[in-house]
Amino acid sequence: MRGAFFRALMELAERDDRIYFLTGDLGFGVAEPFMRKFPSRFLNAGVAEQNMTGIATGIALTGKIVFTYSIANFPVLRCLEQIRNDVCYHRANVKIVSVGGGYSYGALGMTHHATEDLAILRAMPEMTVVAPGDPMEAHKATRAVAHHDGPCYLRLGRAGEPAVHTSDVNFRLGKSIRVREGDALTLISTGAMLKTAVDAAGALAVKGTSVRVESMHTLKPLDTDAVLAAARETRAVVTIEEHSIIGGLGGAVAECLAESGELRVPFKRLGLPASFAPVVGTQEYMREQCGLSVSPILEAVEPLLESMHAV
Amino acid sequence: MIYRAKSSHIGSVFSCVDILAVLYGKILRLDPARPDWEDRDRFVLSKGHACAGLYAALVERGCFPAWRLDEFFVNGGRLAGHVTHHGVPGVEVSSGSLGHGLPLACGMALAGRRENRPYRVFALLSDGECDEGSTWEAALFAPHHALENLVAIIDYNKIQSFGRVKDVLDLDPLGEKWASFGWNVREIDGHDTRQIEQALSAKPTRAGKPTCIVAHTVKGKGVSFMEDKVLWHYRTPDADEMRLALAELGEN
Repeated sequence: MRGAFFRALMELAERDDRIYFLTGDLGFGVAEPFMRKFPSRFLNAGVAEQNMTGIATGIALTGKIVFTYSIANFPVLRCLEQIRNDVCYHRANVKIVSVGGGYSYGALGMTHHATEDLAILRAMPEMTVVAPGDPMEAHKATRAVAHHDGPCYLRLGRAGEPAVHTSDVNFRLGKSIRVREGDALTLISTGAMLKTAVDAAGALAVKGTSVRVESMHTLKPLDTDAVLAAARETRAVVTIEEHSIIGGLGGAVAECLAESGELRVPFKRLGLPASFAPVVGTQEYMREQCGLSVSPILEAVEPLLESMHAV
Repeated sequence: MIYRAKSSHIGSVFSCVDILAVLYGKILRLDPARPDWEDRDRFVLSKGHACAGLYAALVERGCFPAWRLDEFFVNGGRLAGHVTHHGVPGVEVSSGSLGHGLPLACGMALAGRRENRPYRVFALLSDGECDEGSTWEAALFAPHHALENLVAIIDYNKIQSFGRVKDVLDLDPLGEKWASFGWNVREIDGHDTRQIEQALSAKPTRAGKPTCIVAHTVKGKGVSFMEDKVLWHYRTPDADEMRLALAELGEN
């Protein structure tokens, strides 16, 4: 996703001289092409995310489109008040980009586990929150946030995620992408869990369960139509995210379902426990520890499928 | 305004109101009829709690009518007790949480430099907000990027929220700190309008450096019983105090 982001950024900057790129001293080996090609619109703000976010706002208020870039929690939590008071309150055209969502940097430890960002930024007024599901979505999401007038958060995975979409998709902010059709169960995924969700759906299909998969790349504004359609047209809804179980995709979908009057659909949130990880490891390992791989997902949805049969 | 609204921070306003008067009376290149004029000078009130002074200066400059000052700090009012740009013509940015203004000003100044715009950017900081790390991140940034179109003014009244600066978290030698970060530093009497005007209109003595004006001021300046008292960070004058204060200031 990181490569897709930088490719899209270069294309955007080529066509639009309002595009600025600010980094908090990260991007070694990937940000250099931008730096070389657009030196007057590149800024390494140093290891100073609060200042970087304030500066981004100041630049944006002169009519520019400003990306801020760092990894994990640094461009979000370290400068959260600058995001709220400066970026959001001024409705500044700042696009906050974090590489390393969830356990992308699982072995680096707690400081690098970005596991509450979606919940926190979802609560920020004016903020659009986007977590693309594969490199193609990341490329299109980068363009979409640049064209969107107002604050955006773009949560990326890392480098080298598998492509899920094999043909071109229609990517619109706030509009979920239906990756697979089905009528028994809907898996709603956000961010880089998409591949796992699709694989789980494939495994369920082999067992005879028809599963719809939605890539909910935009957490805010949530595509409530897609959520309600899932509740109406399929018989159970499960959310999957590499994020705390509190306040992210599962929370957003639960809020939508609970107020919709269609609550009777069996519903389950799959995500990370709301606690610090007791161990470190690769992203794959960490996901497995939290039940975010295919077989534990199958186990988790089993009771829902049984309850459907009981009805 | 403050008396009527029963708000606070009158001491903080009086310590910087001479600076605001010179800025809006003599220095800032603005056009109230064109608030979005690309080449206007930018002013950032980083000590947003002194907004009563800014709102009044904006009225004097013709940005909005005086009757709107009645909206300050009251139910349903839009003139918030920390400066807001929402619905208040002439306010460049909102603030209220300390340590935000100088980074914002740096961004505006950097864009101005990179886009070859002629405007200048002024930020007014309190001494208390020099406790904030983000202020020093920006202090490090501006000289590195040669933001000579940026002027930081520190309202150094030597009193912060809960006591004297030297007792809470000493800043001295304040001017030397900014100079060592690479700023062109001037120390002035922040109540001497001639000195203020001279410092704000001067070009940097050395090209390529931002300017830091350490304005030595007195909290509550102009009203004998308010001067240099931490109490007037918070207290609203009562009717008797209001009469005395207006008499001392030569107002009716």
